[in-house]
Amino acid sequence: MNRKDLGLLVLILVVGTVVAIRQPLFIAPVNLANTANLIGLFGLFALGQAFVIITGGIELSVGSIIALLGVLFVTMVVISEVPWPLAVLLMLILGALIGFVHGLLVTKVGLQPFVVTLCGLLIYRGIARYYTGDGTAGFTFGVSFPDLEWLTMGRTAGIPHSFIAMIIIAAIMWVVLHRSVFGRHLFAVGKNEEAARYSGIRTHRVIIASYVICAVLTAISAIFFAMYTKSISPSSHGNFYELYAIAAAVLGGCSLRGGEGSIIGVVLGTILLQVLQNLVNLLGIPSSLNFAVMGSVILLGAIADQQFARRREHRRIAASAASG
Amino acid sequence: MTEPFLELVDITKAYPGVTALGGVSLAVRPGEVIGLIGENGAGKSSLMKVLGGVTAPTSGQIRVDGVEHAALSVTGALRAGIAFVHQELNLFENLDVAANIFIGREPRRGGLLNLIDRKKLRADVRPLLDRLKVDFGPDTMVGDMSIAQRQLLEIAKALSLNSRLVIMDEPTSSLTLTETDRLMKIIAGLKADGVAVIFISHRLGEVRTCADRVLVLRDGRAVGELARDEINHDRMIKLMIGRDLKSLYVPPASPPGDGAIEIIDARTQTYRERAVSLTLRRGEILGLAGLVGSGRTELARAVFGIDPLLGGEIRIDGGAVKVATPAEAIDSGIYLVPEDRKQSGLLLDFAIVDNISLPDLGAYATGSLVSRRREKANAEVQRKRLNIRTPNVTTRVASLSGGNQQKVVLAKWLSMKPRVMIFDEPTRGIDVGAKKEIYDMMRGLSDGGVAVLMISSDMEEVIGVSDRIAVMHEGTIGGFLERKDFSEHNVLQLAVGGTAH
Repeated sequence: MNRKDLGLLVLILVVGTVVAIRQPLFIAPVNLANTANLIGLFGLFALGQAFVIITGGIELSVGSIIALLGVLFVTMVVISEVPWPLAVLLMLILGALIGFVHGLLVTKVGLQPFVVTLCGLLIYRGIARYYTGDGTAGFTFGVSFPDLEWLTMGRTAGIPHSFIAMIIIAAIMWVVLHRSVFGRHLFAVGKNEEAARYSGIRTHRVIIASYVICAVLTAISAIFFAMYTKSISPSSHGNFYELYAIAAAVLGGCSLRGGEGSIIGVVLGTILLQVLQNLVNLLGIPSSLNFAVMGSVILLGAIADQQFARRREHRRIAASAASG
Repeated sequence: MTEPFLELVDITKAYPGVTALGGVSLAVRPGEVIGLIGENGAGKSSLMKVLGGVTAPTSGQIRVDGVEHAALSVTGALRAGIAFVHQELNLFENLDVAANIFIGREPRRGGLLNLIDRKKLRADVRPLLDRLKVDFGPDTMVGDMSIAQRQLLEIAKALSLNSRLVIMDEPTSSLTLTETDRLMKIIAGLKADGVAVIFISHRLGEVRTCADRVLVLRDGRAVGELARDEINHDRMIKLMIGRDLKSLYVPPASPPGDGAIEIIDARTQTYRERAVSLTLRRGEILGLAGLVGSGRTELARAVFGIDPLLGGEIRIDGGAVKVATPAEAIDSGIYLVPEDRKQSGLLLDFAIVDNISLPDLGAYATGSLVSRRREKANAEVQRKRLNIRTPNVTTRVASLSGGNQQKVVLAKWLSMKPRVMIFDEPTRGIDVGAKKEIYDMMRGLSDGGVAVLMISSDMEEVIGVSDRIAVMHEGTIGGFLERKDFSEHNVLQLAVGGTAH
């Protein structure tokens, strides 16, 4: 765990303690389980976003992918009666395909990630709305998928499965990002694509892979969300989720310039965002201020981080001046 | 003869350990064209920086219209009427011609609104363009213009400042012959209008065509001045060299073997119609000399797969290899130590160990998980072998000196199995001690059977280190020199398109 992650953890603990003291309901098992469930749901796609951000890119279509895959998944299992494991598999493949196309457009066509994924945001949302005729896709009364529901919305020892899924995936992604060859290449490409290329790294492949990972994790999260909300109105489902993802990644130490970030940081970032949401509800702060609270905390975090970085830089310069 | 309006008297510029300029004097009279020549590093740029007010001389005087200054500031130089046409043009490609000429001093209107008076702007630009008889208008976007047109634009900009002296630094390096001819006419026109020109060029033929007199710099000193009727090729070259090269040369342990890599009819993007062929032998260091812009770096980039090879092929040990990407070149054992090590050679923010293992991470991994222990063990070996001066291998590369950074780049490749090593300006910006270590390392590699190609603009290095020299001239090989024919004179002759003798 690096220093940034530690700082974030301390911040979460401090905020959590303050909230718990003022409103003991915060640590009630029901509330903790609910929050954990949301952390799981949001964490899944925030992890994906981190991979793209580390390459120096950005993925803005997360929310729209969640809406599109959500309605497709629900209609598939409810109306077309496709067996749900097959439907899950199809969603993952579709997610991978979307990520692949984004990656190709960014690398081979040379478009800016912001532009590519902004268009994705508009396109997938539009398709989702058109597909359902702007109606709501949902589970009709009486239809049930006990296995699928247990898997996605069930609990083991009181812990929601969405949270467990996120932790398992985070653990895998931690190994991928911080221990594997691919992870190192990802950091190298994000830091300095030219030097990475001169070192023989196939930079385009690395970038495409990051978009695929992001979209597949988003697809997994889309299925969890569909099972969580049970009904999906495609004009609002998943709205602004990309911003939650970016916020969590940035809080977690990812630099939008690329080349920096940590999995633990992203998980902690997601936790902090959900705790803040929860705090607004519990402390009786008007829920309309929800976004304002989130924005202020992120801004303060960014300012503090900048100050620390500057101080470290000064100290380094002073140290090298003294030794040289 | 008219009085000089600008005089540099006994200008010295010293940096710790280096004397960039040692007592250079130069007087500029209205309407004269002065050729300024010298090798890379002879002090031409330093002298021009003093003139442009970018650096202050350590001692000496600058006299403008009889008024003495210890140093010029950038605005002072502008006010004195000194304008530059730079080698790398300082233009805004996203703006049009008129905007570029008057950038920062646009005619205004609209009071507080501070709008640009577009009509006046264009009216002011028109006569400048007419004076130069250019083929573009005030509205032409700079991004759409050729290099030659951009140079004319820079000259127009200089004229708009009522310049009395226009300094042209290698203006013809990327011009075609007809464009060069036109520039010569424009210089003659400026001269007729009483504007003085300092013409800096490696192309001695052009210097002879346009200069009224030539000043030759060497090692920071003015070593000679030639009047109009004294200007010729041989005299200029003789003055530019004029020193003995210290012998750095370490002969190879055994005579070079067969051809390891053959470059056959390779064509690159800058010189699409010119092909390069050369054979690099196992166990030799082949120096690749030539002027800046002669296509050496482009050749290296194409062989290493950074830029596409537009034609021809690369063979290693007789078999053709694909080098469409650096990854493929590396797989064939072709490694490049790039010219710009901070941008292309290293990840400055990363630790030494991360940089060293980057091209070959798989070798330190089990499955696909990287073993930090093995990475560090190898980095440690390389640190000792190359004598990288650092407290430990997890130090950030950015905090190392230039020489130690270059050693990290070397360590990357030495950890693998090089067959062909290309060094592009391997010792640029590196202190003497580290230079020697890098030369020894190169010799060690070639004695180990690696074919070494060393691109260098440093004459001492080319002559002192190479076993054989290939000289590039405008995108193709101007000639090869064997050790017995090595001399600065011969290298320069081939580099400017002549023949060695």
